Amino acid sequence: MQISTGLYFRRRLANGVFVTLSIAAALFGLVWLAFILGGLLVDGISALSPTLFTEMTPPPGSKGGLANAIGGSILMSVVAVVVGTPIGLFAGTYLAEYARYGKLSFVVRFVNDILLSAPSIVIGLFIYEVLVVPMGHFSGWAGAAALTVIVIPVVVRTTENMLLLVPNGLREAASALGAPPNFVIKLVTWKAARAGIMTGILLAVARISGETAPLLFTALGNTGWSWSPSAMNQPMASLPAVIYSFATGPYQDQQALAWAGALLITVTVLVLSIAARLLENQKRT
Amino acid sequence: MTDITLNESAALAERVATARSAGAGETRFRLMALSAAICVLVIFAGVIGSLIHGAMPSFKAFGLGFITTEAWRPTREIFGALGPIYGTLVTSAIAMIIAVPVGIGIAIFLTDLCPRILRRPIGIAIELLAGIPSLIYGIWGFFVFAPWFQAHVQEPVITALDGVPVLGSLFGGAPYGIGVFTAGLILSIMILPFISAVTRDVLETVPHVLKEAAYGLGSTSWEVMRKVCLPFCSTGVVGGAMLALGRALGETMAVTFVIGNAHRIEPSLFAPGTSISAAIANEFTEATSELYRSALIELGLLLFVITFIVLACAQLLLRRLEKAKGK
Repeated sequence: MQISTGLYFRRRLANGVFVTLSIAAALFGLVWLAFILGGLLVDGISALSPTLFTEMTPPPGSKGGLANAIGGSILMSVVAVVVGTPIGLFAGTYLAEYARYGKLSFVVRFVNDILLSAPSIVIGLFIYEVLVVPMGHFSGWAGAAALTVIVIPVVVRTTENMLLLVPNGLREAASALGAPPNFVIKLVTWKAARAGIMTGILLAVARISGETAPLLFTALGNTGWSWSPSAMNQPMASLPAVIYSFATGPYQDQQALAWAGALLITVTVLVLSIAARLLENQKRT
Repeated sequence: MTDITLNESAALAERVATARSAGAGETRFRLMALSAAICVLVIFAGVIGSLIHGAMPSFKAFGLGFITTEAWRPTREIFGALGPIYGTLVTSAIAMIIAVPVGIGIAIFLTDLCPRILRRPIGIAIELLAGIPSLIYGIWGFFVFAPWFQAHVQEPVITALDGVPVLGSLFGGAPYGIGVFTAGLILSIMILPFISAVTRDVLETVPHVLKEAAYGLGSTSWEVMRKVCLPFCSTGVVGGAMLALGRALGETMAVTFVIGNAHRIEPSLFAPGTSISAAIANEFTEATSELYRSALIELGLLLFVITFIVLACAQLLLRRLEKAKGK
């Protein structure tokens, strides 16, 4: 009796320790989140001002805004999404609809998942080698190309996953009516998976809006903004790259701008992620 | 009579034409899908090919000694990768040591212990940690976390451990705030959500019957988790951890801000160091000579090879799991 009480006590104790540690782990995560968002809000909000969106990035020691950086980021992201989405969509469609169990699909799936988690700085080096070196200068196109390479795997992965969720009965019904496979895909499965595919695109935008490393030596940076059509052919500022160079510099004004930019990026990314999640949930119900 | 056959043959011709154009459309569509899929392979091959091409001058100049040399003197054109490789491995190891147990703890909390109402908000909050861009971790780590860490953790720890044999040198030196340990700690926060998300997914695949049977025998929550759930999920948890490791190895901006960018290997974890990705991000645009640039590209190639191996293992483990789940 004595022994079994001791054993019982030990087991209760071990369980108590386990439960406490698990709760502590969750608290650990939450405390960091609060710490990061808190720090970002304190330093970011005090630096926010309307001139952020109207003035160009300043030289050291003077005030200014982030307008050219925001513009550059938006422009390069738009090009990346416009180019990357169709490629990702078609590749994902190939994997899910045309050769689900094929050897090529197996390899593409494997390589795509590697690219999905591959270090983005390596993507920057790749674009530097294939675009910046032959062109002889940094450019907005190179930055957009680097972002495209990051967009594609995200869209491929979500497109394939979402198409796999479409019940086969729908495909069979459409095929039985005599629709060739491309009609089945365009008119039935893409439509059924539309919300999921949109989620993937939003996630891809969220992912690239914070990407810094691949832009450092592809788009480099620029202190002004030009509306000329050749703007993309010149070095182009982007929000993350500007934040990086301002934050690591010694000037107070620039550091404040970096914080404001950091807050902008975080809010953008969190809003996009939440939108993606809402879209996904809407689809499930 | 003839009219009817004429009509019929015209209709037939029309139908054949429609079918042909539909067939052509089908071929075209199929080709587009196929070429998009091949495009993914081309990008991958391009990454490897361009890195190898770019790394050639450095490889010719230093050979395999590149990996074992610590000296990094751009002015004298001597480049050795040992410092960055050490930094990458050590920061990732610190991150894994912290993030694996905590990530599993969070997953267990969310699947088994958390009150139902709190499950969703806490789950989303943890996932937000994965959504915050690397750059933000960097700027926050540099301006907010490092000064705090320097004053409230490093100083007391260095004083307390001064003179203790191994720990004294591991956590010795001056409290800089930034350094290898700070980088590892911030990396651990960044990869936490990956580990907890995968662990949560696999914990949910444990059949309820197994858990109920164990509880029915009078097991405590801990015993059910330790002896039933975790053994059942071990493949998935290892796969998730490898995936997180792949992320940690290649993480750039967060590390660049807080690691200190010093090409040195010091016994103290609090000392500044550098990692492969931080060295590239920090020095690439300033690299003036062909050889300097090539050495940095060779670093990139090394990083890509290391992460490829880790991620490939993660893929294989998780694929196997998915197959098992499908059955």
